[in-house]
Amino acid sequence: MSKSIQAIDMNIYYGSFRAVEGVSIDIDSRSVTALIGPSGCGKTTFLRSINRMHEVLPYASVEGQLLLDGDDIYGSGVDPVTVRTMIGMVFQKPNPFPTMSIRENVLAGYKLNGTRLSRSDADSIVERSLSSANLWNEVKDRLDKPGSGLSGGQQQRLCIARTIAVKPDVILMDEPCSALDPISTLAVEDLISELKEEYTVVIVTHNMQQAARVSERTAFFNIAGTGKPGKLIEYAETSTIFNNPSEKSTEDYVSGRFG
Amino acid sequence: MPSTEEPQSSAATKNPRRRNGSADRSNPLVSGDKGGVAGDKVFNGLALAAGVTILLVLAFVAIFLTFNSVGAVYTEEEGLNLGAFFSYAYPLLLGSLMASAIALMIATPVAVGVALYLSHYAPPKLSRTIGYVIDLLAAIPSVVYGAWGMTFLAPALVPLYDVAHEYLDFIPFFAGTPSQTGRTVLTGGIVLSVMIIAIITAVSREIFMQTPKLHEEAALALGATKWEMIRTAVFPFARAGIISGVMLGLGRALGETMAVALVLSVGPLTFSLISSGNSTIPAEIALNFPEAPPGSERQAQLIAIGLVLFLITLVVNMIARWIVSRHKEFSGAN
Repeated sequence: MSKSIQAIDMNIYYGSFRAVEGVSIDIDSRSVTALIGPSGCGKTTFLRSINRMHEVLPYASVEGQLLLDGDDIYGSGVDPVTVRTMIGMVFQKPNPFPTMSIRENVLAGYKLNGTRLSRSDADSIVERSLSSANLWNEVKDRLDKPGSGLSGGQQQRLCIARTIAVKPDVILMDEPCSALDPISTLAVEDLISELKEEYTVVIVTHNMQQAARVSERTAFFNIAGTGKPGKLIEYAETSTIFNNPSEKSTEDYVSGRFG
Repeated sequence: MPSTEEPQSSAATKNPRRRNGSADRSNPLVSGDKGGVAGDKVFNGLALAAGVTILLVLAFVAIFLTFNSVGAVYTEEEGLNLGAFFSYAYPLLLGSLMASAIALMIATPVAVGVALYLSHYAPPKLSRTIGYVIDLLAAIPSVVYGAWGMTFLAPALVPLYDVAHEYLDFIPFFAGTPSQTGRTVLTGGIVLSVMIIAIITAVSREIFMQTPKLHEEAALALGATKWEMIRTAVFPFARAGIISGVMLGLGRALGETMAVALVLSVGPLTFSLISSGNSTIPAEIALNFPEAPPGSERQAQLIAIGLVLFLITLVVNMIARWIVSRHKEFSGAN
């Protein structure tokens, strides 16, 4: 399953500070969308509001609508826990649960949902998820070893396996390669290209080559200055953003003239 | 890592060349910061001294206790007599363990709950206020707790003990005649539990607050509720810390003298928690030491039970260490 995302006039706050202003964006299902922009422009804040992780921070709040295949995830009576089971997230730093083995990490989502799995079902989920994350061959002989014993790149792929194990509709990635070496980065990027066959992927990245390599559409965020809210400046096909942007600030950013 | 390796490797490649080429030129890498090196050595020495001191103190205590307790098990006339000492010591030891076990069973869940509330549920301002109050609990002298337990808590519990005896006397712990003063081992355990709640809470709260945000968010992003997040991310991370806190609490409960001496009306060992009776090692020592003539067998006996308590505490701590280290691979420390 894969779902589309439609944000309608979203304002995102930290306390009384408006960090992101008036974002409206349509994201197709089964696609990779990159969010780029200078530091502090609100792209990560926006990403975290797509699965209601933003409100975990104290005093944080969101205004506006965010439709997942037409259903507002900020509608009244919607449980953020349900939203998060449908929209998975991969973080900037690899964060496998240190007290769990590799196998337990992959199955963590099922354990949290209270799903009882037979031994053979669990085995096949573990193998399928780790294979999809291109990690199976590297860890199949040590599934009962702690996940924190893997290398950084392997840990990040383990986190991706953990996210896709529960078959979410959307996968959010917050600079998933910023803590990885080039070879691990390549492995994760290849993986992202495969993931879009089944999932809607939204990725925040500081690396413009990465945005160009993996995404179909790119959204450029920017801020007018410190203390001002971040805004969505331009959203178009990735090739358009990088070769023929309509906004001057987008061109300046992608050509490296600032940021 | 690279930043520390770099100067070493450059020193290694440059040094031979310098030595061959111009021997008179001093190696600029050698001079360094002399003050810093000396400071490092001084601090190294201080840290070592501190470590050695603690071991020496512990060794002296152990030697003192062992040397002075020989009289309890060996006399010129009777020779070695372990049996008499054993039959004297074991009721006291069981009494101590019973009171401490009651205290831990009450205090641990309460303290962990309070700590969790302070670290993850309470609004920051309230959390700080409650934190101060908890710290204050630890600062109250034990004699005050003892007085409170003896004059207020014990009489208040009498009706409860009567009820427990009436309905639960098939359980050995609630059999026997309930005490009419309420000064029983259960009351003592409750007073002890209030005393150790503070320390277990303080330690647990600190460790709960150190849970990496990354792991908490990993759980939440997988669709965990707050309680599930706490079970998945916070408790596994805090396990060793909670055990340390509980061990500190147990240490205090085992060694507590004044509160128990005041609350408990001491008597022979009984497994009934609601009858009067029982005593603990520290209370026994405190109540009898002034009357024991110096150098007498009685004094040796009291010191010997002190040694028993010392060893028990040591063993308990070693078990706790072992429990903590058993899961080291999964602790996240690697």
